[in-house]
Amino acid sequence: MNHPAKLVLEDGTIFTGTAIGAAQETTGEVVFNTSMTGYQEILTDPSYKGQIVTMTYPLIGNYGITDEDEESNGPKVAGFIVRELTEIPSNFRSQLSLNDYLIKHRITGIQGIDTRALVRRLRSRGAMVGIISAIDLNDASLIRRARSIPKMEGQDLVKEVVPTGEYLWQRNGLPPLAKSMMPMGRKPTHHVVALDFGMKWNIPRCLTEAGCRVTVLPGIATAQDVLAHNPDGIFLSNGPGDPAAVGYAIQTIKQLLGKKPIFGICLGHQLLGLALGAKTFKLKFGHRGANTPVLNQRNGQVEITTQNHGFAVDPNSLPPRWKFLISI
Amino acid sequence: MPKRTDIKKIMLIGSGPIIIGQACEFDYSGTQACKALREEGYEVVLVNSNPATIMTDPEMAQATYVEPITWTVVEKIIAKERPDALLPTLGGQTGLNTAMDLYKHGVLEKYKVEMIGARADVIEKAEDRSKFKAAMEKIGLDLPRSGVAHSLAEGFEILEQVGLPCVLRPSFTMGGTGGGIAYNREEFNTKLAYGLELSPTKEVLIEESIIGWKEYELEVMRDRMDNVVIICSIENLDPMGVHTGDSITVAPAQTLSDKEYQRMRDAAKLIIREIGVETGGSNIQFAINPSNGRMIVIEMNPRVSRSSALASKATGFPIAKIAAKLAVGYTLNELRNDITRETPASFEPTIDYVVTKVPRFAFEKFPDADPVLTTQMKSVGETMAIGRTFKESLQKALRGLEVRRFGIGCDAQDRWNTPNFPNHDEITAKLASPNWERIWYIRYALLAGFTIPEIHSLTKIDPWFLEQIQQLVKIEQKLRSIGTLENATTEIFFEAKQNGFSDKQLASIWGDISEYAVRKRRKELGVEAVFKLVDTCAAEFEAYTPYYYSTYEHPAKRINENNEVELISESEIQSFRSDKRIIILGGGRIESGKGSNSIIAVYKLC
Repeated sequence: MNHPAKLVLEDGTIFTGTAIGAAQETTGEVVFNTSMTGYQEILTDPSYKGQIVTMTYPLIGNYGITDEDEESNGPKVAGFIVRELTEIPSNFRSQLSLNDYLIKHRITGIQGIDTRALVRRLRSRGAMVGIISAIDLNDASLIRRARSIPKMEGQDLVKEVVPTGEYLWQRNGLPPLAKSMMPMGRKPTHHVVALDFGMKWNIPRCLTEAGCRVTVLPGIATAQDVLAHNPDGIFLSNGPGDPAAVGYAIQTIKQLLGKKPIFGICLGHQLLGLALGAKTFKLKFGHRGANTPVLNQRNGQVEITTQNHGFAVDPNSLPPRWKFLISI
Repeated sequence: MPKRTDIKKIMLIGSGPIIIGQACEFDYSGTQACKALREEGYEVVLVNSNPATIMTDPEMAQATYVEPITWTVVEKIIAKERPDALLPTLGGQTGLNTAMDLYKHGVLEKYKVEMIGARADVIEKAEDRSKFKAAMEKIGLDLPRSGVAHSLAEGFEILEQVGLPCVLRPSFTMGGTGGGIAYNREEFNTKLAYGLELSPTKEVLIEESIIGWKEYELEVMRDRMDNVVIICSIENLDPMGVHTGDSITVAPAQTLSDKEYQRMRDAAKLIIREIGVETGGSNIQFAINPSNGRMIVIEMNPRVSRSSALASKATGFPIAKIAAKLAVGYTLNELRNDITRETPASFEPTIDYVVTKVPRFAFEKFPDADPVLTTQMKSVGETMAIGRTFKESLQKALRGLEVRRFGIGCDAQDRWNTPNFPNHDEITAKLASPNWERIWYIRYALLAGFTIPEIHSLTKIDPWFLEQIQQLVKIEQKLRSIGTLENATTEIFFEAKQNGFSDKQLASIWGDISEYAVRKRRKELGVEAVFKLVDTCAAEFEAYTPYYYSTYEHPAKRINENNEVELISESEIQSFRSDKRIIILGGGRIESGKGSNSIIAVYKLC
């Protein structure tokens, strides 16, 4: 793991470190996540499609990789940036080292760079696209190519991560090690159709734990497809890219409005906002982490939440008959 | 929710004289609380018998009583001062116990003094072993399995549940005579029979042994709207069996996967709610079986604890100050984070560095003391260091101890490459029983050819930490192979500095040269420290509090539109308004003969 590599941002910033994982070349929007744990869940979260993820916590890979912690079928990030990759992990559940996992899935990354400097740059200049290369180390060539990488705005990445067909969620209702809060043997009481725009598997797990039977439909499904299941509620999942570019999903949701209760998170929430007539916008550098308090304005309670979004619904653009109940 | 206006005068009880296990960390928390309460316009009445603390400085409270901290004395002060409330959770165990005595003797009721932060029943529920056990069972959390045997037959039944090894404790024997650990069935039989014979009540408590398990702590805060946030996770390098105060500890936790960390977080929330700490901080300790992940609750301190000071400095989140404000009615989301100014205190801190605490012992001053580390605390102080890697922070922390060691090795005290190098038996003995020098013997063991599994089986220290020390040994060998200072490149210097090697260590590695010569060459090559901020948010938001640590990072460069190359400076030091500056040097860690007195002097100067 001593192959040199470079990360070059569209503004001409160059970081030199060493290659990790596949040690090839990759491009994408460079973002950062402030969670100190959960790198495997982050790598496999389809919302990161098209993005190169920087971990702000410097030591990554400490507890290895396990099949149990996948949030989709394999990593979805375009690339991975860490300060120091742990070569030999230690945890009773670990099956593979992080580096071997990245190699297996052909994910290219870089380590040994000043990740805090990178994060401060993204914070002050806003989201930037970039390139990681272990093949081409020529500054001029890398800068030229970094500048030609398409921006996130206007990109429909949902199509690249939707499941191929519909299916009934049959994996368990709990993440590994978690303790069920459900009384033993309780039967599902509600049926939810989850429109999958790049859904993390923890979502259907949570819905199952909450007493729901979950039918997963690809995000490209039509309103007729959804209603044919006669669900008690419709869930709009998280997903990658620009919500405004996913016109077909906005149309589907418009047709579903008023027919069944609808709830959504992340991209799903943004699509719902668009379907209701609000506008979405790109955040300067997004929110990605596991420490954001959210205030429920109805009861004054704060919940600590996991966040991963680069776009948001503009609250002022929401038609007057709608209102926000929960805000950060 | 605004602050309470029905209380005006608040009594704070300090922790008294500095003793092992209760040092200036409680002066820190008490002082923070005094300042926070005064800032909110409350009158503060303070009781503390310790002259060597800022807390008893006349300007700290409206009324300060330097009196013995016993309930009878405090009662007289209450009678005179008539405070509306008593905040018992910021003065360590002394403050808590005295508050409980006042409650039990009816003093608080008599003078209508309200306990804020934690009520008496809450404190009792957390401190009383059997009540705590019942509370944990109620919320479905695991504790060490145990049972009380009155006969051999009963003992064997309990053994089926508890398993080996297990701890046997005969009831009511002098100083725990007859107790001990049984590793096999034969030992168990002997110890059980002996214990039953010794115990006047013919009772032996048989408890599952969790010695050698991984040990963790969570610092938790709750407000009166029932909002709970986790401030910091801490992992002990030394496994169960060594008191946390005597362990090398690291923040954040290093070897917990997200699933394990979330399970621990969920448990901590359940615990603080079940025990019922209304507002303020609590410290909860967990043990994890490294082979199967089983998690056990060890204990909970319903107050600001020793680890709170460390967690505050490690994250930048002022636990004691916020705890005092929560006690008078604020909620976490109403309080601002002073560092970022824009985020609320309900934001869970996240850090982008590694913090290592190393305890300081004074066995040289107490030759009769047994240097084996046990569950009874023996350290007299500690150092904390921040680095971008564990290796860097560990070496910095060891350097700070002032025991003439400049890191994990490579200094004048180093026995490697000397006739004095410890033999196999000495290394094995030093690894097998916990002692303050063990960290250096791990390196000796690696140099002597011990494998990580061998060291793990002797120490039970998680292989992740051993692997980190192994990497330091490999880097050291690489540095030695360079031969001389002249051969050291920029790259080599960066690798050494990023892993915490001091110039002094490098001077020792590269022959008989001076530290100054190394420093001079390093600076010529442009390898210089950068200062980064402790900001509670891993750079997600701008920070305004100038709280720094030094580290080494490869500078990035930028080629602009005109093809000009600019180096990106990563120094985060904010510019000073005045060009007249004064540096004040602190006294470092506490040891016997050097207590908090020097802290007061420095504080006054500031």
